[in-house]
Amino acid sequence: MVQVYPDQKGRYGDFGGKYVPETLMAPLQELEEALDEAMGDKGFIAEYHHVLEKYAGRPTALTYADKITDMLGGARIYLKREDLLHTGAHKLNNAIGQALLAKRMGKKKIIAETGAGQHGVASATVAAKFGLECKVFMGEEDIRRQEPNVFRMKMLGAEVIPVSSGRGTLKDATNEAIRYWVANCEDHFYLIGSVVGPHPYPRMVRDFQRIIGDESKRQFLEGEPTLPDYIYACVGGGSNAIGMFHPFLEDDVELIGVEAAGKGVDTEEHAATLTKGDRGVIHGSLTFLLQDEHGQITEPYSISAGLDYPGIGPEHAYLFDSKQVRYEAVTDEEAMNALKLLTETEGIIPAVESAHALAQAFKEAKDLPQDKTILINLSGRGDKDLATIMNHFKGEE
Amino acid sequence: MLTQTSFQGKLSKTEDLFIPFIEAGDPAPEVTIELALKLQDAGADILELGIPYSDPLADGPTIQRAAKRALENGMSLKQAIELIPTMREKGLDIPVVIFTYYNPVLRIGEEKFFELLEQYGAEGVLIPDLPYEESESVRELALNHDIEYISLVAPNSEERIQKIASDARGFLYCVSTLGVTGGENQLSSEVTDFIERVKKHSPVPVAVGFGISTNDDVRMIREHADGVIIGSKIIRLVEAEVENLKDEQKREEALDRFYHNVRELVE
Repeated sequence: MVQVYPDQKGRYGDFGGKYVPETLMAPLQELEEALDEAMGDKGFIAEYHHVLEKYAGRPTALTYADKITDMLGGARIYLKREDLLHTGAHKLNNAIGQALLAKRMGKKKIIAETGAGQHGVASATVAAKFGLECKVFMGEEDIRRQEPNVFRMKMLGAEVIPVSSGRGTLKDATNEAIRYWVANCEDHFYLIGSVVGPHPYPRMVRDFQRIIGDESKRQFLEGEPTLPDYIYACVGGGSNAIGMFHPFLEDDVELIGVEAAGKGVDTEEHAATLTKGDRGVIHGSLTFLLQDEHGQITEPYSISAGLDYPGIGPEHAYLFDSKQVRYEAVTDEEAMNALKLLTETEGIIPAVESAHALAQAFKEAKDLPQDKTILINLSGRGDKDLATIMNHFKGEE
Repeated sequence: MLTQTSFQGKLSKTEDLFIPFIEAGDPAPEVTIELALKLQDAGADILELGIPYSDPLADGPTIQRAAKRALENGMSLKQAIELIPTMREKGLDIPVVIFTYYNPVLRIGEEKFFELLEQYGAEGVLIPDLPYEESESVRELALNHDIEYISLVAPNSEERIQKIASDARGFLYCVSTLGVTGGENQLSSEVTDFIERVKKHSPVPVAVGFGISTNDDVRMIREHADGVIIGSKIIRLVEAEVENLKDEQKREEALDRFYHNVRELVE
């Protein structure tokens, strides 16, 4: 039996915890108490599942990718279709859970950070649906490369607050959201989008995302009817991966998290936190992060705004450290090629983030026997990335 | 009742403390040394020496800008601590408290960090993102090295105040408002109630910081607390003279203007 993490102090082995200014200790305590109470309330859980089914469109499909399987000639490839979820990515699972909790706590105002804009859109969506006021912090660089999502958030009634510090990406947006929360914690709920941040956030987000893995397991057993041999998911902060992996941690399944290698892990331009980073504290938890010799956090790079983050959820740090999950890194180029391949063979345009998981899975599938099965978490769709995709492939037509 | 105010015997009084903050390396390491001396001349009782950090979560835009300027000069935790002996040689005798986020400490190693503080003569340390529950090993190391570990309490700390205060050393840092440093909110009357509550539990002087930017603020805090901590406002005074401070020809005059502005603020 695997030990249940996190422990009382919010630790996953050495990782996790609450490294926050004193001002946030009270709101985190309030959140933890409300969360524990809600998760123990059958009515709350039922409402969460009801909204997921009737509003978000769960369960999402499990698709057998026959064309790409035939083409690669190795293991049989299945896709968990989070791209089919309302708003286009897995982020909504968590946003619904946290919005229901915010409502239950009597908080009418939510704040969120966003990188690719998917979590921002999910937050703006639940805010519209549940009548909450919503502010989304977003780096200026990300606003530039994810314009359609900025427009969607505004249409949904959210205020998008541009963040110019640092390189203007997810790390900086998160800093600013936390600073805003410190000043406004009495009546604002901070809706974090990934399994990062101080305890209890990593646990809460995991528990609202594990529906991905729970469903996949059920669908696999109904179809195959065995568990998959390998599961792949991309990892930025790591919420889609934890959501997928968590229900399989005690099973005989090899789990592979795929980070963004950007222009290569041997260059300065990557976001391969576990592959290249060291232990440290970022956004309130002890984990692995990209930093220099003096402990200054360095700027990550990835073509994918959703993976462009110098930290990683503390549970991933623990799963890496305890070797329960294998982590690999995939370059921009490899991810974009996998994106193109899936689009052309299966008629699915994946998000650039998800394309990282595809790339690693395709690489390994070829060399696996045909009686093995692979499950890839297709965490989101690529509509938001069209500008990035066009820009990447320009000149090839 | 105040039971101890140590800083290795370097702090001679327990009330009416003026505790200014400057960022090491802003706008240049040699200027930091001069600014420290001017602050002592202007009446500082303790110097808070900030270590620039890439992601200062508890700080508003002013200190973020200072950190950016200092990092562009290549300032690091170790280099900042190494400035202290030169400050001492030039006549600084007030206690120095190193203000740093936790990650640079973790990177260098907690034990190594305290060895450096002891070796280079710092008397205190304050880590704004290390709350009581995560600070056990650091507090123990601080005790072993005779370094004061400065704890913080916030207006929403409530029942935590007693626990935090009971282990407070040096002085107890009261965060005046919910928010980051350098806020421009009017100090509310609630702040005085908060200070009184904290004083009841604190064995060390109670000093108030965050958003104290005018002479009126200073007077009001002095009436109730044992000390006033001024960070962002001091940084803005440095910022106003950045170019002159960097210019060796103009530095002396800029330092004098800085001194007078600080005097006006705390008089």
